[in-house]
Amino acid sequence: MSLLTYEFMVRALLGALFTGLAAPAVGTYLVQRRLALMGDGIGHIAVTGVALGLLTSTSPTLTAVVVAVLGAVLIEVIRESGRTSGDVALALLFYGGIAGGVLITGLAGQSAAMLNTYLFGSITTISTADVWVTAVLAAVVVVVAVGLSPQLFAVAQDQEFAQVAGLHVRTYNLLVSVMAAVTVTVAMRTVGLLLVSALMVVPVATSQQLTRAFRMTLGAAMLLGMLAALGGVVLSAYVNAAPGAAIVLLALAFFAAAYPVGVWLRRRQRLARPFPGPDDVPVPAGFGEQHSVVPEEHGHEHGEQCGHPAVPHGDHVDYVHEGHRHAAHGGHYDEH
Amino acid sequence: MLVNSPHADADLPVAEIRDGAVELGGRPILRGIDVSVRRGEVLAVLGANGSGKSTLVRTMMGLVPTVRGQVRLFDVPRQDFHDWHRIGFVPQRVTAASGVPASVREVVASGRLSRRRPFLPPRRADRDAVEDAIAAVGLTGKARDGVATLSGGQQQRVLIARALASVPDLLVLDEPTAGVDVSSQQALADTLRTLVLRGVTIVLVAHELGPLGGLVDRTLVMRDGRVAYDGPPIDVFTDADPFHVHHGEPGRTADAHTPAVASPLDLTHGREEQP
Ligand SMILES: Nc1ncnc2c1ncn2[C@@H]1O[C@H](COP(=O)(O)OP(=O)(O)O)[C@@H](O)[C@H]1O
Ligand SMILES: [Mg+2]
Repeated sequence: MSLLTYEFMVRALLGALFTGLAAPAVGTYLVQRRLALMGDGIGHIAVTGVALGLLTSTSPTLTAVVVAVLGAVLIEVIRESGRTSGDVALALLFYGGIAGGVLITGLAGQSAAMLNTYLFGSITTISTADVWVTAVLAAVVVVVAVGLSPQLFAVAQDQEFAQVAGLHVRTYNLLVSVMAAVTVTVAMRTVGLLLVSALMVVPVATSQQLTRAFRMTLGAAMLLGMLAALGGVVLSAYVNAAPGAAIVLLALAFFAAAYPVGVWLRRRQRLARPFPGPDDVPVPAGFGEQHSVVPEEHGHEHGEQCGHPAVPHGDHVDYVHEGHRHAAHGGHYDEH
Repeated sequence: MLVNSPHADADLPVAEIRDGAVELGGRPILRGIDVSVRRGEVLAVLGANGSGKSTLVRTMMGLVPTVRGQVRLFDVPRQDFHDWHRIGFVPQRVTAASGVPASVREVVASGRLSRRRPFLPPRRADRDAVEDAIAAVGLTGKARDGVATLSGGQQQRVLIARALASVPDLLVLDEPTAGVDVSSQQALADTLRTLVLRGVTIVLVAHELGPLGGLVDRTLVMRDGRVAYDGPPIDVFTDADPFHVHHGEPGRTADAHTPAVASPLDLTHGREEQP
């Protein structure tokens, strides 16, 4: 039996593919701004949008896009105004969004089960039209996120510098907000509004364990997001679980696998970081150059193969072992 | 090659604030500012913490609106100015890192955006300028390293390379030596010296000048949001001072609101109080 013989499965996989690519692409910029939970906030606000669609019998996806974009722009305006109470204002918006959504759904005479398909996703009920909308919106998000990556990177990295480089900082900030809102609503059918933020953030957190460049982080996050989304859908078909939950748990499993590697890489980097050079450390008056010879006989000669961490120190290399820093000096080792 | 084209408007000021006043958060921060940066000079902006040095240069760059007065860049009113590649800005920062890893080359490449168009890949000249800027601050071997793994002094050099990537005519540095070790300060002084030889105008904001003192042509001292001194370099700030001058000492707060213009002698006052 092939999964692909089910047409709904093909649609589900296509939906997952596009959301898996788009969500981490936007998420990278949110993480860079240290706004990792912004997607979550927009997701909460979009609940009201969905409920408005149910109430007015229009497309919930359409009303969710409109409300999510308005909410995202409002968040950006609050953030830009830099009020100290900004995070509280955001919290009010988030909770207002989800409470309003639940209330309006009740008014519309719809059951909680109806809202659930949006809160937790229902990828297997995606229609062909939904797949098209998802594909087009996700493609636009990916093209903008990748094509404008130098500009978006610069603005998120250092707003003031970007402005002096002639970039329209506010336009780029709003662009990221709108992309985030569109992505949230696109991913709403796949992973659901409550879990969408995970697909935006977790692949980014995973890829930055292993990378040290921005473009690499962006690319790897998109790849991981896509793998998690496709894998999650397939997995859920076999074990009969909710696809949204399977996708997020798979993304988390990737993170769990990458984290120890990241810890090891960072530790190695930290140990190899140069000691301050002799000129950088002020010598207190009255003390000359320090020179103390290692007293004990050395069992072996330090070198590339000896296994002791070799750390640059000014113009030479120190070998670190058991709390000592040994530097070769003539025929003996100095204690540094 | 990092070469600045000669410009016809050689005698016009590179940056100018006339009768400027600035409010931040509804409070007056700068008042009565008349500053003009001349082509090719090295202008040091000195002053105590909170005296308005950063606000002054941010006003010059158009990052802060003025409530009165006029700002001109390369003899164009600030709001009509679009040649942003002519300006290199090094903001006051402790780190070049953000929430996501980024390599030295990527951070420096953002300095080139003032000369690039959206959606188009970098041209040959853009890539060369980025490598030249990285080389100018002595980080060539580290171009692929993550900025977060560098020391504070090296990160500051990354930010300077980023400002140099557009090959600017005016370089504005806000406290580039704060928290930077002495050898990095010396390296920075050497970098700036070669820029001066190429005709780059430099505005240097500092708390203490240290090894950079020898470069300075003119000094501006900010005090409580006003320009307290504008003239030849002042000795007391130029030699590497082993004793830290505490501008905020209790004995000095009493005259903080005196509207009088402080004389250079006033600045040595704090040092004479040292035991
Ligand atoms: N965004 C702001 N809102 C309100 N006041 C500010 C803001 N930024 C700076 N200030 C105030 O402006 C004054 C000058 O600050 P600044 O220009 O940063 O001084 P400096 O760079 O000389 O240390 C300080 O008193 C500071 O508290
Ligand atoms: Mg400052």
